[in-house]
Amino acid sequence: MAELAFSVTAGTVEAETGGHVADYFALLKPRVMFLVVFTALVGLVAAPGSMHPVLAIASLLCIAVGAGASGALNMWYDADIDAAMARTAARPVPSGRVTPEEARSFGAVLALGSVICLGLMANWLAAALLALTIGFYVFVYTMWLKRTTPQNIVIGGAAGAVPPMIGWAAATGGLSLEPFVLFLIIFIWTPPHFWALALLRTRDYAKAGVPMLPVVAGPDATRLQILIYSLILAPLGMVPAVIGLGGMLYTVVASVLGSLFVVMASDCYREREGEAADRAAKNLFAYSVLYLFLLFAVLLVEQGFGIDGGALPSLWAL
Amino acid sequence: MQDAEKERKRRQRMRSVAIAWILGALVVLFFIVTIVRLGGQVAVRPL
Repeated sequence: MAELAFSVTAGTVEAETGGHVADYFALLKPRVMFLVVFTALVGLVAAPGSMHPVLAIASLLCIAVGAGASGALNMWYDADIDAAMARTAARPVPSGRVTPEEARSFGAVLALGSVICLGLMANWLAAALLALTIGFYVFVYTMWLKRTTPQNIVIGGAAGAVPPMIGWAAATGGLSLEPFVLFLIIFIWTPPHFWALALLRTRDYAKAGVPMLPVVAGPDATRLQILIYSLILAPLGMVPAVIGLGGMLYTVVASVLGSLFVVMASDCYREREGEAADRAAKNLFAYSVLYLFLLFAVLLVEQGFGIDGGALPSLWAL
Repeated sequence: MQDAEKERKRRQRMRSVAIAWILGALVVLFFIVTIVRLGGQVAVRPL
């Protein structure tokens, strides 16, 4: 039996008894899945035209399962790295509750199933984008970039940025500038988000041999990169308002949130020693999650409920 | 050892029940999606 042959860690009793249902759920990285589904929902709702609610929910379910499949395949391949890091050592595979083979099969079946179901329930463009996202995350990010370059999460971040495009494609059967702008926002948001975390876990990443930017280039260079990306992100967050995707409410919220992001990134850049440095990085990491959530929540409110707080000034039309 | 065997069976049963529920939910989902995609007028068509 595969369970009995398992020997990644000392958790042999766990391996012999097999994992709990909750362990398989944990393989799906539920927190990441939530953000993926949420951004896909915004893409779906912001798209022109209407989609039957049942098909919309089914499509989001497929996207969620596809994202979960990526997580399971990532946990299968990265079991050695996860075991070396305190943050991830308790995950189902490194702790021995699920075997790597089970995680791989579980992820592969879910990946295939989610893509086929999305193709049948929505359309094949959305399914192709989902397949591309899973493939990019697993083969390009997990298997290649993560272990070889400090630009791993910059390029790999593209995988996490595609869900709004999948949602848009599911609703319309096509793509346009608007979902691409949403993609760009998440793409530029990803590096400062992960580098803030990496600043706090530098030793862990170094121990596991993952060439994250703070490990390779040092914390100061990372802080500078975080600041540069936040200076690009703040104005980029306003673009949906310029192209008519966001209304007045979005304009106000995006400008406030973007300014706060730059302020927190500046704090992180200035504070370089001791507890103050850790606190600044921790605050930035927590705020970055809130930033993306609120930015997309406002779009959802405006597009989903038709609340846009009034038309934008004609300045945008010039 | 007996406890481990008992626990293994219990977990296996829980996994089987979860799979059964998921398969059941998928059947219901596919049925509903099929009805939605066919449209409400599917029964009213020229023969």
